[in-house]
Amino acid sequence: MIEKVENKRIRLLINIFLAAIFVAVIVLLDTKKIGDDYIRRVLNLTAIYTIVSVSMNLVNGFTGLFSLGQAGFMAIGAYTVALFTVPLQVRPNVFYMVPQNPIIAQIELPFAIALILGGLLAALAAILIGIPVLRLKSDYLAIATLGFSEIIRIVCTNAKSITNGALGIKSIPEMPTMWVFFGVAIISVIIIYLLINSSYGRAFKAIREDEIAAEAMGINLFKHKVMSFAIGAFFAGIGGGLLASLLATVDPRQFYFTVTYNFLLIIVLGGMGSISGTVIASFLVTAGLEVLRFFDEPLTLFGVNIPVFRPGFRMVIFSLLLMVLVLFFRNGLLGQKELSWKVIHNWFNRRGKKKTGKGGVA
Amino acid sequence: MTIELFMQQLANGISIGSLYALLAIGYTMVYGILRLINFAHGDIFMMAAYFMVFSIINFKLPWYIGAVIVIVASVGLGLLLERTAYRPLRDAPRMSIMISAIGASFFLENLATYLFTGVPKGFPDIKVLTKPVSIGNISLSVSTIITPFVTIILLYVVLFITNKTKIGMAMRAVSKDFETARLMGININKVIATTFIIGSSLAAIGAILWGSKYPSVMPLMGVMPGLKCFIAAVLGGIGNTTGAVLGGFILGMAEIMLVTFLQPLTGYRDAIAFVILIIVLLVKPTGLLGEKVTDKV
Amino acid sequence: MSILKVENVTMQFGGVTAVNNLNIEVEEGRIEALIGPNGAGKTTAFNVITGVYTPTNGSVYFNDEVITGLTPDKITKRGIARTFQNIRLFKNLTVLDNILIANHLRIKSNFMSCTFRMPWSKREEKQMREKSEMLLEKLGLSDLRNEIAHSLPYGEQRKLEIARALATDAKLLLLDEPAAGMNPSETMELSSFIYNIRDEFNLTIFMIEHHMDLVMEISEKIYVLDFGQLIAQGTADEVKNNPRVIEAYLGVDEDA
Repeated sequence: MIEKVENKRIRLLINIFLAAIFVAVIVLLDTKKIGDDYIRRVLNLTAIYTIVSVSMNLVNGFTGLFSLGQAGFMAIGAYTVALFTVPLQVRPNVFYMVPQNPIIAQIELPFAIALILGGLLAALAAILIGIPVLRLKSDYLAIATLGFSEIIRIVCTNAKSITNGALGIKSIPEMPTMWVFFGVAIISVIIIYLLINSSYGRAFKAIREDEIAAEAMGINLFKHKVMSFAIGAFFAGIGGGLLASLLATVDPRQFYFTVTYNFLLIIVLGGMGSISGTVIASFLVTAGLEVLRFFDEPLTLFGVNIPVFRPGFRMVIFSLLLMVLVLFFRNGLLGQKELSWKVIHNWFNRRGKKKTGKGGVA
Repeated sequence: MTIELFMQQLANGISIGSLYALLAIGYTMVYGILRLINFAHGDIFMMAAYFMVFSIINFKLPWYIGAVIVIVASVGLGLLLERTAYRPLRDAPRMSIMISAIGASFFLENLATYLFTGVPKGFPDIKVLTKPVSIGNISLSVSTIITPFVTIILLYVVLFITNKTKIGMAMRAVSKDFETARLMGININKVIATTFIIGSSLAAIGAILWGSKYPSVMPLMGVMPGLKCFIAAVLGGIGNTTGAVLGGFILGMAEIMLVTFLQPLTGYRDAIAFVILIIVLLVKPTGLLGEKVTDKV
Repeated sequence: MSILKVENVTMQFGGVTAVNNLNIEVEEGRIEALIGPNGAGKTTAFNVITGVYTPTNGSVYFNDEVITGLTPDKITKRGIARTFQNIRLFKNLTVLDNILIANHLRIKSNFMSCTFRMPWSKREEKQMREKSEMLLEKLGLSDLRNEIAHSLPYGEQRKLEIARALATDAKLLLLDEPAAGMNPSETMELSSFIYNIRDEFNLTIFMIEHHMDLVMEISEKIYVLDFGQLIAQGTADEVKNNPRVIEAYLGVDEDA
């Protein structure tokens, strides 16, 4: 018993120590003591990918709904931030082909408010799609969400007076510090973690496990599905808003539906139903996509790859990886577990057993 | 608008609609049997178009031999897809199979981009199909005229197979109740393979006709038609072959009518299918000809 | 007083009539049973009562209120809970989570206050956990609380499913073949278990069962269904000696 308490304290200390290292690294990077702009940008992108992937896992991994609308929800968030944060005086330069809609042209919002508004609009869009689609068997959700993200892209390309069409919106104010991205990412992950470990989170898992039983236990399927779907969309919208400010520009091609497949790969790799797995996989995939770049010609759009425009061995490997994972390693890194010292301990033990061929000590 | 223009667009609508119908049959059959949205179906269609380009332009084969090769190659690809991406996951959770389907689709798209580059290739000009024909003041290509007939004939072939042959009876049994059919000794693998053979060959024929109408072949050309045709299948009643054809026709007509009567909205042409999907799910989720399926409790 | 009343219920699927003009009245506080050969429409009747199907005709009353047409979750909220013929637990979740989920329907806090751990939500969560622990204690499942549901032995899974139904604060418990797949000694244990929970939780129990020993032993009233028709009702002795019942069972070669 005493030993256990002791163990707990040591683990807590190690946890605090690791958190401190993480903070220190980000501070050093942020104050430009170490690393370069490229590394900073990749890490910020990782933070954004973490938000969107964790929110996608909430919907797909924890609630068991197959949603493929992340790119569309991100687009809503990104365009909201772009529309309302570009300073008023530069707007005419941005909208030089078709003048901006006179009402929107007069509104400028602080970044934080535009970001949250973007999330809320994405959630609203999710509710509007969810109402017809989630009433029935959720089979058609995949098609409806894919279609939705295409419609969003089509609207962004065509509604020139609002979105500036294919030209996109430039001169989005950039953020002064990495903490904007990492802060929002950490808060988002914590919120989703708390949600999943609440009574509502348990209801989501019940729906994933067995819809009929969940309904027989008094859970309103429709309400909870829409709830999960909308919350997922909210955070995807937040991720999109951050992406807009990271890239300082948005245009419809950034939100091609294949972007969603990045997040799909991340949640499959991390484990459908594991938040810590998703965080780790976000880092691995984002970093991996950068490392794999040497397979490819140089890119312009920071990891947002549009296969139409370049021949890509990288993307072949990427899609093959998705298939290999789902065919042979369906549980990904962590399955439905969360990373804990126990999991690491067991993992090393198993490793040790294999090497020595003897039973390890528990 | 002149009556000629209207008639011309009407013919276009029917023609596009029948192309959608050809693809939709593949979706509806696979869904009927495996309850799986075969996301890669549109990409088989895309690959078929590339096969046509290579066999005619690169290997200089006559078009009819090329067409046979394309159908055979597409069927092979469809079977390979089923074998590698779907069969190993037959008893896996539904989500895994869907992800595998997405993965396969994305893989084919990326592979095509990598092998053939993203630059559009010209579809071979098959004179027999592209020759213009004048009826009164309307000028249509041969392919536009024959497409609906080809579709109707193929629909009857498919209906004959599913209703009158032994394998067709097995297919219907499997789509009614997968597990029971398996227990009754029906060779599930054979049934599923047949489904993919029919679906892929229709996709290949669709690609040939499509190419003579829109002669530009790209790695992502199958994505939009793929999504739309699944919606056409839902509109007609998923699992119902005749419904899929009907759904395809309606969808094609709806698109062309939008382009004709509401020209400012032409840019939103691709969005119509999804609006239709939402309406169908709200009003009649079983589709026009579909039966109500009750879950076993 | 009858807690559940099924009035002239007919359920058709396409051209097939699964249940035909069914009338049932279950008295409050009793254990009653629905029996009949395979395919007689028993589970369909349960599915109509619990809202999985909306009947083609007729109505269902619970405590004299119409519940026909309500969705299953609404009916469970009113106080009817059920188990399934082929166990439907939340397989990959723990025993405790299975029970906690069945408490969710009575939650008052919204998802925001739950997520942000507001004091009142924390209190509610604590109450939920205490109530669930107590239930597990009473049913002798306490030691298993952290086990994954699908790793339990078959008998315990059945028990857990009943426990989960009880956790919804049900007044009426519908058991769909609770003894299916159990050996004679397990079945014996089950019958005392059913008695106990009835008394402990003030329940009314209505069950479908094939084990005639169990049915005859514990049911105060038995309804017999054949080809969707109610062919007999009454006490165990009355039903046992009813010629139509004997015919129905012998006709399909069922070991009655």
